[in-house]
Amino acid sequence: MRLPASLAALLLILPAATAAEIRPGRDFLSPELRALQEDEARHPGMLWVEQGEEVWRRTPALDKPSCAGCHGDAAGTMRGVATRYPMVDRASGRLLNLELRIEQCRMERQGQPAFGYESPELLALTAYIAYQSRSLPMTVRIDGAAAPFFDAGRAFFHERQGQLNLACSQCHDDNAGRRLRGDVISNGVGTGFPAYRLEWNAVGSLHRRLRACSLGVRAVQFDYGSPDYLNLELYLAWRARGLPMEAPAVRR
Amino acid sequence: MFNARVTMKPEAAKGEIVEIRTVARHPMERGNYPDAAGRMVPRMIIHSFRATYGGEEIFRMELGPGVSANPYIAFTTVATETGDIVLEWTDDSGFTLTRTLRLTVAG
Amino acid sequence: MTGTGTVSRRGIVTGAAALLATPRASRASPFEEALKAFAGEAVPRAGRVSIDVPPISESGNSVPITILVESPMTATDHVKTIVVLAEKNPHPQIARFHLSPRAGKAQVSTTIRLATSQRVTVLAGMSDGSVWSGEKDVVVTLSACVDGG
Ligand code: HEC
Ligand code: HEC
Repeated sequence: MRLPASLAALLLILPAATAAEIRPGRDFLSPELRALQEDEARHPGMLWVEQGEEVWRRTPALDKPSCAGCHGDAAGTMRGVATRYPMVDRASGRLLNLELRIEQCRMERQGQPAFGYESPELLALTAYIAYQSRSLPMTVRIDGAAAPFFDAGRAFFHERQGQLNLACSQCHDDNAGRRLRGDVISNGVGTGFPAYRLEWNAVGSLHRRLRACSLGVRAVQFDYGSPDYLNLELYLAWRARGLPMEAPAVRR
Repeated sequence: MFNARVTMKPEAAKGEIVEIRTVARHPMERGNYPDAAGRMVPRMIIHSFRATYGGEEIFRMELGPGVSANPYIAFTTVATETGDIVLEWTDDSGFTLTRTLRLTVAG
Repeated sequence: MTGTGTVSRRGIVTGAAALLATPRASRASPFEEALKAFAGEAVPRAGRVSIDVPPISESGNSVPITILVESPMTATDHVKTIVVLAEKNPHPQIARFHLSPRAGKAQVSTTIRLATSQRVTVLAGMSDGSVWSGEKDVVVTLSACVDGG
């Protein structure tokens, strides 16, 4: 395989993995981080899940139902939900990820101001709902109304960008399994997010992670919840079809 | 934001060694460096963790700024009699978070 | 648990002990001061302290560490205090644990910050006044992608 010069300069030269298949993020973790991800008694991300449960039950205002007031026990009603996101909202025709679906209920059904992307409450609720799908396989739809969003996301993934002129695929398809400074490059699936990153000392969203990758190649960092990242998220979720949800994962 | 999770088996035989595993949500801001605006960031860490069992202290930890954010703390105690295990995390603001767990001891 | 190797009751003078034993003309470093503050008059002996910490850590932000001190933990013979020191951290004393015989065994865990690759030293103070020590080297690797967002 021929590497672009910019990438060859970054990579520690190791035999390339023959990564024909897409593997879950946890397969690329060190034994220590994998053990932490699997041990709920030590996993700091569980603190966000627990906060999410608290927000789920909280009455937002007088005469306004809590999330639980309409949806009941999340262990039953939210099981498997996260595996289907992002999805197209039938009413508006917009592509929504789990965060935006929660915000929709917050604004339209609770009559409250949005929590805001990356706010503690939204991260906690997203982690809590995603946690109800832990280890279930990803099953997003890319046909019908979703098709144009999917096509845009796929194009983005394979498009060279930034000062380093690198496409997502050049790292996450062509060089998965190789070391990039201290990291092992994974297949770049989003199934672990929201994830607890040691670098953040906190739980953060997939879009926060994508912003870090965009910065890594000195490309435009899109806004949280921007259409560009939503389309990309749909493509990533489809690439991960059949792979288990890991959220909240532990990452470096 | 400041919450904590505790993992402990709720029942034990008399004389059994029980492990208590905790994670607390806290930035453990070590402070003493200037922020972007040039102001010194104040230290804000959990400086003390304490555990009592049936009212008697069984474990204490003094934490410095070298303990990680959202710290994990685990220790053990011998199950003596049915009673409450009370855990307390105290930070630089003077705030104390308390978690109480019941340990039921058979035999 | 990964052990620290052969445990000797007589003790071998370790790095930590050697530092304390050698009189120094220059001013003590914060690490030496922390050692001295803990050990007092006692000279730490190597042994009885096992440190379980990954030899290579991917992030200095949170390094898991478990310490096991060999002790019967009886009323007359137990570990009273354990201190964790990282000589290259700005504040070398990371944490200090206070134990009693009610612990049943002298095992504690936490997550620590390491400013850089370095040696982690653990001292255990016993009820008979003796001080035992163990140490482990940890390599901290750098992260490739730092967050800009
Ligand atoms: C007044 C009732 C009500 C409240 C309160 C409410 N929801 Fe909903 N929620 C709904 C309805 C109805 C739907 C189905 C919408 C649809 O299918 O178009 C829904 C859909 C959802 C979905 C998508 C489920 C799926 O299968 O795709 C999620 C996730 C969700 N809500 C989360 C929340 C959260 C989190 C809260 C609290 C912040 C909340 N909801 C508050 C009524 C409510
Ligand atoms: C220069 C190589 C490089 C490029 C180009 C790159 N990334 Fe990454 N990406 C990484 C590294 C290194 C990591 C951290 C290790 C890992 O999880 O793969 C990462 C992590 C991720 C993750 C988190 C995976 C997980 O399970 O934690 C996702 C998702 C991701 N990248 C998506 C993308 C997308 C989408 C693009 C294109 C916009 C992109 N990356 C471009 C190197 C790259």
